[in-house]
Amino acid sequence: MTVWADAFIQGILLGGLYALFAAGLSLIFGIMRLVNLAHGDLIVLAAFVILTIAAWLGLDPFAAMLAALPIMFAIGFALQHLLLNRTLGRDLLPPLLVTFGLSIIIENGLLELFSADSQRLRAGAIETLSIGLGGGIAIGFIPLLTLASAVAVILALNLIFYRTALGRAFRATADDIEVAQLMGIDYSRIFSVAMGLAFIVVTIAALYLGMRANFDPTIGPERLLYAFEAVIVGGLGSFWGTLAGGIIIGVAQTVGAQINPEWQILMGHLAFLVVLVVRPRGLFPRAAD
Amino acid sequence: MNRSASVPSSPPQLYRIELRTRGSRAFTAAAGALIVVLAALPGFAGRDVIEELIFVYYMLALAQCWNLLAGYAGLVSIGQQAFVGLGGYLLFALTIIAGLDPLVAIVLAGAITAGFALPTALIVFRLRGAYFAIGTWVVAEVYRLVFAQFKQLGGGTGTSLGPEITNTVFGIAWVRSLFDVRAPAARDIVSYWVALALAVGTLALIYFVLRSRYGLGLGAMRDSEDAAETVGVDNFRLKLGVYVVAAAATGMIGALIYLQKARISPDAAFSVLDWTAYVIFIVVIGGIGTIEGPIVGTLVFYLMQNYLAGFGAWYLILLGALAIAVMLFAPQGLWGFVSERYGLVLFPIRRRLVVSDKN
Amino acid sequence: MALLETHGLEAFYGDFQALYGIDTVVGAGETIAIIGANGAGKSTYLRAIAGLIGSPAHSVWFDGRPIGTKPAAEIMKLGIALVPEGRRLFPSLSVEENLLVGRYGRNTPGPWSLDTVYALFPALKARRHAATTTLSGGEQQMAAIGRALMSNPRVLLCDEISLGLAPIVVRGLYDALPQFKAAGASVVLVEQDIAQAIQISDRVYCLQEGRLSLAGRPAELSREQIHLAYFGS
Repeated sequence: MTVWADAFIQGILLGGLYALFAAGLSLIFGIMRLVNLAHGDLIVLAAFVILTIAAWLGLDPFAAMLAALPIMFAIGFALQHLLLNRTLGRDLLPPLLVTFGLSIIIENGLLELFSADSQRLRAGAIETLSIGLGGGIAIGFIPLLTLASAVAVILALNLIFYRTALGRAFRATADDIEVAQLMGIDYSRIFSVAMGLAFIVVTIAALYLGMRANFDPTIGPERLLYAFEAVIVGGLGSFWGTLAGGIIIGVAQTVGAQINPEWQILMGHLAFLVVLVVRPRGLFPRAAD
Repeated sequence: MNRSASVPSSPPQLYRIELRTRGSRAFTAAAGALIVVLAALPGFAGRDVIEELIFVYYMLALAQCWNLLAGYAGLVSIGQQAFVGLGGYLLFALTIIAGLDPLVAIVLAGAITAGFALPTALIVFRLRGAYFAIGTWVVAEVYRLVFAQFKQLGGGTGTSLGPEITNTVFGIAWVRSLFDVRAPAARDIVSYWVALALAVGTLALIYFVLRSRYGLGLGAMRDSEDAAETVGVDNFRLKLGVYVVAAAATGMIGALIYLQKARISPDAAFSVLDWTAYVIFIVVIGGIGTIEGPIVGTLVFYLMQNYLAGFGAWYLILLGALAIAVMLFAPQGLWGFVSERYGLVLFPIRRRLVVSDKN
Repeated sequence: MALLETHGLEAFYGDFQALYGIDTVVGAGETIAIIGANGAGKSTYLRAIAGLIGSPAHSVWFDGRPIGTKPAAEIMKLGIALVPEGRRLFPSLSVEENLLVGRYGRNTPGPWSLDTVYALFPALKARRHAATTTLSGGEQQMAAIGRALMSNPRVLLCDEISLGLAPIVVRGLYDALPQFKAAGASVVLVEQDIAQAIQISDRVYCLQEGRLSLAGRPAELSREQIHLAYFGS
């Protein structure tokens, strides 16, 4: 019995990581209806940025992440401002294909710069720290911290969206881009700010990705799929829904792994497909959309 | 009863819907000649040329299928590798386990793939736009992970086609005597003809679909789904039909590809790069939404692959950058650019109303 | 030069020309009515001034400077606020949030703030946290006007604020109108229903199929003239 309870709990913790992956994707889609196919690769890119800063400045991963935040914000802002804003419009194909091309460029660029070697963000002693829950179940400190960070990020995003002028501008632009301009909102600038914000979330996600397991330039696309599944399962338009979606995918994977280790990823995908068939709009969708 | 003064009657007019253009008529003749030449190629070309052309043919065929889906039906799929891999595995299963002749297996693979495509569509059609695209990718991943579980077909590491299968493909004996070659070369020649047939076949299929009333429906749907519904186009069934047909063709192509390679593994058969990224690149560079575009794109891709693939990651970075540049600055692709500039159409699918007064 | 002027203003929707050389003048503190039949180009006129439709730089002058090519967000910051046709409140924002976003681009001090807008439209205060989709048509229109007022604009453009509202509700809006002009702001009213608009306006322009067919003070214009200008011959 405890193995199943353990698998379940580990799945919830894993879900925290997937929710972090998904939050940035959800944010961008909510504001500008853009699905960034390079999202997973951007998380990996951020992980390499953290790795590089940590190595150059001799910092621990947490400090390196903090140092990486402004850099990643700037890259995200520039990416949207220079490239992605040009792809937005009525047509579906340009943003899809441009971000797909971007995904290939990032992945292969990282391969050139860093080779295909596995990397890891070393956090020292806390890596093996765990908290016993009794009954033979232990929770790793880092996975717990990951989940806590996911909750914190979602709280912060909700705060921004629902309690600040910027958040009002985000929501107004998502509602009606033409009338938003009548409010003095420069939508291309808002989009660039939003992308910068998403990159910040991506960087936080990258920290925990890199600390939890090995990473290399090729793992991006799979993270995109998990993030995407979490968003769809949770339902569009709600950050808490994204957290729920991440947890569901995480639990599906860990429970699946418990049945058969080869089935971990497959079970996650199947859980997604089942939800898609039974509840196409997700489990906690927002009214509009 | 007095009828009002008679309305002057207009002379009876004849209306004709014309598809052919002058340029296209010449092209049709030239194309026919070209196909004959290509079919006869094994008689005078070396084995490496044949193998290169097989690659060109099946990439062209895959590109035509993706173009039909994305360029005409608005279904941007990044999961067609599901059907390539499925077709490949079906070929292996049907020949190794069921003992069928590979050529029969190819056709059967197409039909079975269509059978899988139907429920797949019903699931992924619940998503729209970019989410549909990623959904197709998830499905392809499911196919990959499931096939990696089949130990009979090699599990995660894959398996090969033994010579008892590859040397007994239907027609090999005849080819061997005709061209006086050994079994492996004969197999390549048979594969070549199948590949040529698939390339010409998909081209013809798409051309005739677009010329048919389904083509009109697709055009209407592409412009405005709501408006199309009001004139009686059943959007759902049209998209479903296109998806299943494209899947069937892709399945057959996948079966051929893996007959030729004679070795399959899940990662290779369901590779996003080989069967989606390269295909998308071909269609986008060549010109999406045109029949001629993928032909141009395949040739460009073949040249790039030939000369630049050695540069590894840089080559892929270049491809990605090129695709982005084309999407931003020339979204109609190379062929689209030329076509608009010079008004050139080789596969006419636009209908013109020709009116003639018969006095 | 007056506060807002258009010189030979033209507007196109693709190949379709909606406005043919419109010359208008709006002085500080004036209330101007733009009347005309459906499709005459009235909304297009407002949208062109507000920057939602592009025009040559010198077609539109504000405060002595050409603004024709400026984007809508920039024009808003200069002090021109448009109450768009159909109200178009933001469904994801509450009533109060809609009002607050009205001053996102231009937070100039002036007579209008959350308190004074609520004082003008008490019904809004009662529903301040409600979803805008639950408001009545009249309340939505009040919210749309209030949203535009929050930026303390120097020119308020109103696109058919009476559309779809019961006459008594329209009376209520128009009764509040003189207060819009607090501190010298100008108002441009576009209306199909001309009776009330003409009554409170200083001057009237009539558009017919994209051209100016009439201009003058209400007192100077006869009903026959207006009728002819509105409907054509």
